[in-house]
Amino acid sequence: MSPAERVLITTSRWDQADGHTLAGYERTGGYTALKRALEMTPAAVHEEVRTASLLGRGGAGFPAGVKWGFLPAEVWPRYLVVNGDESEPGTYKDRILMERDPHQLIEGSVITCYAMGLTQCFLYVRGEMAFAQERIAAALDEAYDAGYVGRNILGTELSVDVILHWGAGAYIVGEETALIESLEGNRGMPRLKPPFFPAAIGLYGQPTIVNNVETLANIPWIVNNGGEAFAAMGADASTGTRIFAVSGHVQKPGVYEVEFGTTTFRDIIMGEDLAGGIRGGNDLKAFIPGGASAPWFYEEHLDLPLEKAVVDKAGSMLGSGAIVVMDHTTDAVKACHNVVRFFARESCGKCSPCREGTSWLEKILLRILAGHGRRSDLDLLLDVCDNISPGLDWPPKQTTICPLGPSAVAPIASAIERFADEFHAYIEGNRLSVTAAGAEGQA
Amino acid sequence: MSEPVTFTVDGAQVRTEPGTLLITACEDAGVYIPRFCHHERMNPVGMCRMCIVEVDIGRGPALQPSCMLTVSEGMVVHTESEVTKKAQDGVLEFLLINHPLDCPVCDKGGECPLQDQTMAYGPGESRFVEEKRHFAKPIPVNANVLLDRERCILCDRCTRFADEVVGDPLIHFLDRGNETQVNTFPDQPFASYFSGNTVQICPVGALTAKPFRFKARPWDLEEVVSTYPNPMGDRIAVQSSRDQVLRFQGIDSDPVNWGWLTDKERFSFEAFQSDHRLTDPLVRGHGLNQADPDGDELVASNWSRALQTVADAIAASEPERIAFLGGARLTNEAQYAWTKLAKGVIGTDNVDALLGDELPAHALLGLPRATIDEACRPGGTIVLIGPDPKEQLGTLYIRLRHAVLEDGAELIELTPTATGLSSIAAARLHARPGEVGAVARALVSGQAAADVGGVPGADIEAARALLGGPVTVVLGRASVAESVEPTLEAAEAFRGLEDTRFLLAIRRGNTMGALDMGMHPGLLPGRTTLGTGRGAFGGVWPTVPETVGSDTAAILAAGAAGELDVLVLLGVDPLGDALDPELAQAALDTTPTVVAVDLFPTPSVRAAHVVLPAAAFTESSGSHTNLEGRITAIRQKVTPPGTARADWAIAAELAGYLGADLGIESHADVWAELAPLSAVHRDVDAAAIEADEDGVLVTATGRVSFEAPDRHVELSPLDAYALRLVASRRMYDQGTLVQQSPHLAGLAAPSSLRVNSYDFNRLGVDPGQEVRVVSATGALDIGVLADDSVPRGVAVIDYNRSGADCRVLLDPDATSLDVRIETGT
Repeated sequence: MSPAERVLITTSRWDQADGHTLAGYERTGGYTALKRALEMTPAAVHEEVRTASLLGRGGAGFPAGVKWGFLPAEVWPRYLVVNGDESEPGTYKDRILMERDPHQLIEGSVITCYAMGLTQCFLYVRGEMAFAQERIAAALDEAYDAGYVGRNILGTELSVDVILHWGAGAYIVGEETALIESLEGNRGMPRLKPPFFPAAIGLYGQPTIVNNVETLANIPWIVNNGGEAFAAMGADASTGTRIFAVSGHVQKPGVYEVEFGTTTFRDIIMGEDLAGGIRGGNDLKAFIPGGASAPWFYEEHLDLPLEKAVVDKAGSMLGSGAIVVMDHTTDAVKACHNVVRFFARESCGKCSPCREGTSWLEKILLRILAGHGRRSDLDLLLDVCDNISPGLDWPPKQTTICPLGPSAVAPIASAIERFADEFHAYIEGNRLSVTAAGAEGQA
Repeated sequence: MSEPVTFTVDGAQVRTEPGTLLITACEDAGVYIPRFCHHERMNPVGMCRMCIVEVDIGRGPALQPSCMLTVSEGMVVHTESEVTKKAQDGVLEFLLINHPLDCPVCDKGGECPLQDQTMAYGPGESRFVEEKRHFAKPIPVNANVLLDRERCILCDRCTRFADEVVGDPLIHFLDRGNETQVNTFPDQPFASYFSGNTVQICPVGALTAKPFRFKARPWDLEEVVSTYPNPMGDRIAVQSSRDQVLRFQGIDSDPVNWGWLTDKERFSFEAFQSDHRLTDPLVRGHGLNQADPDGDELVASNWSRALQTVADAIAASEPERIAFLGGARLTNEAQYAWTKLAKGVIGTDNVDALLGDELPAHALLGLPRATIDEACRPGGTIVLIGPDPKEQLGTLYIRLRHAVLEDGAELIELTPTATGLSSIAAARLHARPGEVGAVARALVSGQAAADVGGVPGADIEAARALLGGPVTVVLGRASVAESVEPTLEAAEAFRGLEDTRFLLAIRRGNTMGALDMGMHPGLLPGRTTLGTGRGAFGGVWPTVPETVGSDTAAILAAGAAGELDVLVLLGVDPLGDALDPELAQAALDTTPTVVAVDLFPTPSVRAAHVVLPAAAFTESSGSHTNLEGRITAIRQKVTPPGTARADWAIAAELAGYLGADLGIESHADVWAELAPLSAVHRDVDAAAIEADEDGVLVTATGRVSFEAPDRHVELSPLDAYALRLVASRRMYDQGTLVQQSPHLAGLAAPSSLRVNSYDFNRLGVDPGQEVRVVSATGALDIGVLADDSVPRGVAVIDYNRSGADCRVLLDPDATSLDVRIETGT
């Protein structure tokens, strides 16, 4: 599929120089969806989103329309929280959405508030994304002045305040209950579900919907074009389009919006108009299909479609839409350590298995890399993993509150399962030749 | 009540109340699930993951933290399954990998939950070969508590306690991941009156208390459960080794202190071991213990000489020329013994334990009383008319705070200044000193169109809406700079309100026992009067006084006027504690025989002619009556120093020297004699007190009625240049126990005057400046501090702290007291 044929829903203004301004946004159809939504009943807007079968784009992939339906009737106040704390390694789609098209997100948020009958929306943006914060702040100023946000929006009864909140730089705050804690001014640590399902007990103890940036960026298009048109794209439950961030050993790392559910991994990684294939003509060793938490995929998974159910069934996840490609020059043990180190450093410290377990795993891997591995270390690694995520199943079971701990388990289980020989090489003292071979193959 | 639910634990069917936490329900069913972060007096947090068990609610077994899950119908729990055991083993291994195994030098070793549970549930050996996490060992988080972050397992108990239980969120988690640590804010210590509790609830040796560090191994300690003789009657464990008390620990008493203690109580054990304790009777003399009635110093003597001296003085005098001050420090039994000696043997009614700064006896005995539990009941309204509980009644503060934050009670604060509870109060009515009665009347009557006593009418209206249901008035004296009448007016207003009871915020430990035992003019034991009780007691006691005697002020005045021959001080220091120190000095100077029964050589003791050393509450047995009227056991743990004796025994001995027999040979004898005579103590005996750790609650109303005050309280007109004075006590002051405890004495800051920053501008003074404070009766120099919890136009001065002694400013008869600030320029 050539770029011209691809339908762009959320990234249509990325090439437009003034797409982030109100003028540029309005010129290309901005805020027409809000006007249209205000002519509909809130329930009708909700129904369109339900019809669209819009899956959450944050990681778990739960249908947004169904999630909205979890708000208990007649409990006030209630809140919308927009999760812009995009921190999963390899994921950088929300950042660009916020930088290039902030009004789209604001419009989607206001429509969502209208559909759910609430008046306060908190836009939580990751602390490190200073540029996105500036763009959103500027866009909010414009939108308030233009009457798209604030009191009596477009002269109607609808009043919505959108509050921009900057994070303080913690990966865990991407987890919705930790984000709520952080928003309340507390240390970002996840809450236990149950009882703290945000739709029941969320921000300030009130019913709260937490949606991802990309999820809400789809709302204006759905309102303008109808849920049916959205659902007509894609396959099965994975409808519409989706943005994937491809990084690693590809020719053209970048963010690509493709039709959800029908495009395959091969299309996006190898496609000339997309990531453009493995760098330097190297061989594919492995790829992470959905962010650092996901179990690894290999050559044989390339022809799987980017469809939630199919990928789940194959033993991994589409997660945050981050595809990290590793070519044959990659040292699996080092790659594994790299990912585990991230989780060890970002563990919030609440649950002992994650706090102590992830850093223990990292220390063992470091020791193996330093040439002090023991033959028993692979069993030890897997048993420590098992104590964090019993059974090492997929989807993971966990002895922790949130999935951060088990996230560190996935790459270890993957790497040991597929590349045990590389671990053994480190342990036995004759390091395998991947690094040397890689030097040759590198362009 | 909803229907009980049935669940299955390890194959056994168990019924329990709905809403019960799984960990508690299992424990009730005899299945103990290991835990570290869970604490039944704090909200669950699910942090340590030790209590995870396999739970099946119809969707297949899954690991769940039992401390955060409530039991539901049909739930199936496996605490012994392979999956559960592997997970728990794993968690323990995780907790241990970075825990330094320094148990042999750790204070917690021997009573350490981590040690115990590792033995019971943990792996045998560590698979962790890397280097453990390192932190500087140990760091002080405040003057008395040290933190060893290497030992810490980050269970969130201490931090939750500081934040949730006592509202002092001064310790927190810092950093993240494996570097996570508990610490204070930079430059801000964990300055909490309750910090010692974190040491008690720490499940490892991370938090240790200086007063106990390295003093003993837990297995060398013996303990008895006892009662701390403070107004709350906090339940404690007294722990000792080699006849030395080394630690007080809170006992989780459901109706009282829930296991908590203030640091003032917890670390005061040091005072009782103090080298300054009185160990032998002292008499006047000179040189090397040469007794001489005219001697100008106290010399060591013996009991027979000292008691004979006292007996001779009493025998040579008339009953009305003999007086007894104090007694609120004593056990119930000692109070009865001394009352019987004074009123029943000697025949004087000049006995007063109230010392003029408590509510009057008719209020303490005549108002309908609430229990602490009733005050804290869900849906109730608490009206605080009295001192700041955080400063004066620490564990009551904790209970009230919990009631408001967790149980939906509403708090109306009717105090002269903000208190430790202000931030959670539904209504804050800061009445001008002297005008609390008027505000209370407006609040109860609902007629408050205009401002009353400095409180906006609208605020009173809003607070009025909270008075629909059951009301508990926490009543006490918020300030000794105003007379008691305004407070009594307020009580009278609330007495007329339906479904209203009173919880009495008294100042001294066993004041309630002292009144119940008749240690006040006109009273006899059993909450009765000389008139009504004469029949009963006249039949058992040799005599009963004919006329009502003198109270503290009158006794001191009589002493100063030379109208007393013998003045007995029962654990009281009038020079340090009486509202009028000059009168007290004159009374002690003039009275020919001053007898002091005490633990420490206080200024008054040093002025006495005969000193009788008494045993502390850790050294004698008996019972204590708390502010609710709950009688709980005090149990001896160690032997008194030297020849010091139990207070009741001193009274019994002295009676012998007077040729009488008190009929008391043990503390239990008191109840055998009193129960048939007292209308309110019929069900009380030593065995009943001993049998129930929650004690015996004496609820019966006695024969003393509340006396409504004259409503027409005269108020001096407000003067724009004056500040209305509040004199209130703080947690740490010049009190004997604080000053005799080395780890507490330094916590008492010098006296200061606190004023709203608005008034600084108005009066032209700067914060920290030394000023001269002038009242109608005196003047003193003091540093002035800005404090915006003090309303405008009001000045707060600390009572009984070092430096400026605010008593020179006080006028015991003034309804309110205005002071001016002079800068001397």
